[in-house]
Amino acid sequence: MKKALCLLLSVLLLVPLFSACHGSKGLKAFELPEAFDETREYTVVFWAKNDTNKTQVNIYKKAIEDFEALYPNIRVELRLYTDYGKIYNDVITNISTGTTPNVCITYPDHIATYLTGENVMVPLDALMDDPRYGLGGSEVRFDSPKRDEVITRYLDEGVIGGEHWALPFMRSTEALYVNRDYVEKLGYTLPDVVTWDFIWEVSEAALRKNDDGTYFLNGGTVMIPFIYKSSDNMMIQYLKQAGAGYSDGDGTIGIFNETTESFLYEIAEHAKSRAFSTFKISSYPGNFLNAGQCVFGIDSTAGATWMGSKAGHQDISSDKLADFEMAVLPIPQLDPDHPVMISQGPSVTIFNKPDSGEVLASWLFAQFLLTNGVQIAYAQTEGYVPVTEKARKDPAYADYLARAGEDADLHYSVKLAATKLLLENVENTFITPVFNGSASLRDAAGQLIESTAKSARRNETVDKAYMEKLFKNVNALYRLDQRGENAVGKKELGPMPASSIALLSALGAAWIGIGAYVLINIAKKKKR
Amino acid sequence: MKKLSALILAVLFLAAVCTGCKKPADPNAKGEGVMTYAEYIAAAVDAPVVIETFVQAKQSWWDNKATLYTQDQDGAYFIYNMTCSEADYAKLVPGTKIKVTGFKGEWSGEVEVAEGATFEIEEGSYIATAVDLTGLFGTDELIKHQNEFFAVKGAVVEAIGQNDAGEDVAFFYKWNNSGEDGDDLYFKVKINGQVFTFTVESYLCDKTTDVYAAVKALKVGDVIDLEGFLYWYEGANPHITKVVVK
Repeated sequence: MKKALCLLLSVLLLVPLFSACHGSKGLKAFELPEAFDETREYTVVFWAKNDTNKTQVNIYKKAIEDFEALYPNIRVELRLYTDYGKIYNDVITNISTGTTPNVCITYPDHIATYLTGENVMVPLDALMDDPRYGLGGSEVRFDSPKRDEVITRYLDEGVIGGEHWALPFMRSTEALYVNRDYVEKLGYTLPDVVTWDFIWEVSEAALRKNDDGTYFLNGGTVMIPFIYKSSDNMMIQYLKQAGAGYSDGDGTIGIFNETTESFLYEIAEHAKSRAFSTFKISSYPGNFLNAGQCVFGIDSTAGATWMGSKAGHQDISSDKLADFEMAVLPIPQLDPDHPVMISQGPSVTIFNKPDSGEVLASWLFAQFLLTNGVQIAYAQTEGYVPVTEKARKDPAYADYLARAGEDADLHYSVKLAATKLLLENVENTFITPVFNGSASLRDAAGQLIESTAKSARRNETVDKAYMEKLFKNVNALYRLDQRGENAVGKKELGPMPASSIALLSALGAAWIGIGAYVLINIAKKKKR
Repeated sequence: MKKLSALILAVLFLAAVCTGCKKPADPNAKGEGVMTYAEYIAAAVDAPVVIETFVQAKQSWWDNKATLYTQDQDGAYFIYNMTCSEADYAKLVPGTKIKVTGFKGEWSGEVEVAEGATFEIEEGSYIATAVDLTGLFGTDELIKHQNEFFAVKGAVVEAIGQNDAGEDVAFFYKWNNSGEDGDDLYFKVKINGQVFTFTVESYLCDKTTDVYAAVKALKVGDVIDLEGFLYWYEGANPHITKVVVK
């Protein structure tokens, strides 16, 4: 009888072991606690991104200080990054060890990957709508924006699979920064919105040289007329303007199409002539613009404080700065009457923890980042815009906008022009579909341009055969044909491999054999 | 006949011995189809280049891409994101001779072998000694030594900025002190009456290295000797590997 009991216990012991072999359980889904426990101490780890901007760092620190004063039982630990990619990599690493931060500045593309882990993230809908601790909630100790005071368009950028997984923190877009003097010196008039045809034509004209071999525009030996900082955005926005494929909400890849191919031929032509280059090939557009070695630079509005010879941030020595009039325009368009531009910028997301009180503390801090004080202060550091109507309507913000050009620091004219560009074009912005793999697709979009530009500069033949090979290589390099297979955490593993089935069957058979042997022996003993 | 055979054998033996007596191959000799340093410098940006050079230091490896500081007896070559497996990266110890095939690039003034070059390890070894460039800082001659392993003697540490208390500090984490321990260190030194910004590149020398600790211990006014690689970013932006306070 004892042996039978042992056998039974052994089998019961093995069952969970086998169960654990194929996928593992994650955290329990978050449930909002009855009330925030003020008698307990909480630590909220906050991973934040700054643009290597000391003022932004100080704003985070002040936000933490102000928040901790309101909630003395919550301590916020700040960890700073200057690169979204690094945050993404660290989060991925920490998901597997259960050591994610509590609150994290991130991009929706990245959240889509985090979501492949079971209950790694906290859905925000219930939190936002909670009458006590939600947006504008009665128990919140600060002047929190109500849900309808957060700009819906931006709030909805955090929706994945029908639920909100992120709060918007700041928004920016891309701007075309132009040396207006150079455009006019070439005999052109700069329109309010330029077309792609205009920018290519002027860029080619800017390569004109004097008899001594120096460039007509600057009398120097360096001139890169058109430099694009983010080649992935370049491709994404062009395809959107053209109404061509990129991807759909289900994650179906549509980027390898005829519009992409024809745009790449155009890029090849102007890269070969040296009228066009990218950040990866040549460096920051701002450095060349500010030195009078570039006519058109496209960069984020969140990089506006580096643009212009009077900008507060400079990477080149003062003796190399050129004096010129800077124009800030929307990126080039296919249809100037209906401009289209990307919406980008950091969002805030919350990671799940076993302690629901800790998650609630995290939520309160995330919500604090939407208060007017934080929103306005951070937006003023660059060409960002606040994500709440509440902040935009604040008299302090209106005053800030009205004082453009009063100084070259807080009211720097180029920064304010970039900010206004986005404020006036909110309805013309778009985002790309978010899914597990959308971050790779974005990288692939940029790689198509980088590879084509490099090949053209190196006098390689860029033709139909080249494009077929490029599409195939980029598809393979970014695993766009294996989307979802590299997901993090729990995933659909599909049917068990035959070898595993055979191994488990053999183990099962062995245990059945052992069991039968034991039972026969027991029976034999009983007979005796 | 026997004598003749013996003579031929003796001659052949001597010839073999003499061959073995030859000096070791010149480490700076270039193989067929390989550019000299002068040819490399003369090549246009985006032109194909083939060089033989010697690893002096490794900056980083990530995703099968290696970034190296290399040099031969005529000059230095910075190699950015060369295609390289992790196993091969381990073989690239200082002194290793490599043949690199790729394209010339220029990024913010830094002349380099551009991303995606390939390489093979060859026989030979060479470690450069630091060339004293103290007298060249602030002159147009300095750029001719771009990427070389160099030394500066008697530089004076200048304040790079102020801390939150308004006190002068000798170094920043990142260029504007927005970083933290483990990030690149920036510091300023006066050489020949001009002030230059030097960097401890954290991928090359991380926070566990002597140079990282030495720069964190610097005080404004310290007189120091330095060694490093003459990296370029919109002007000289040396990556420092050794600091000695005098």
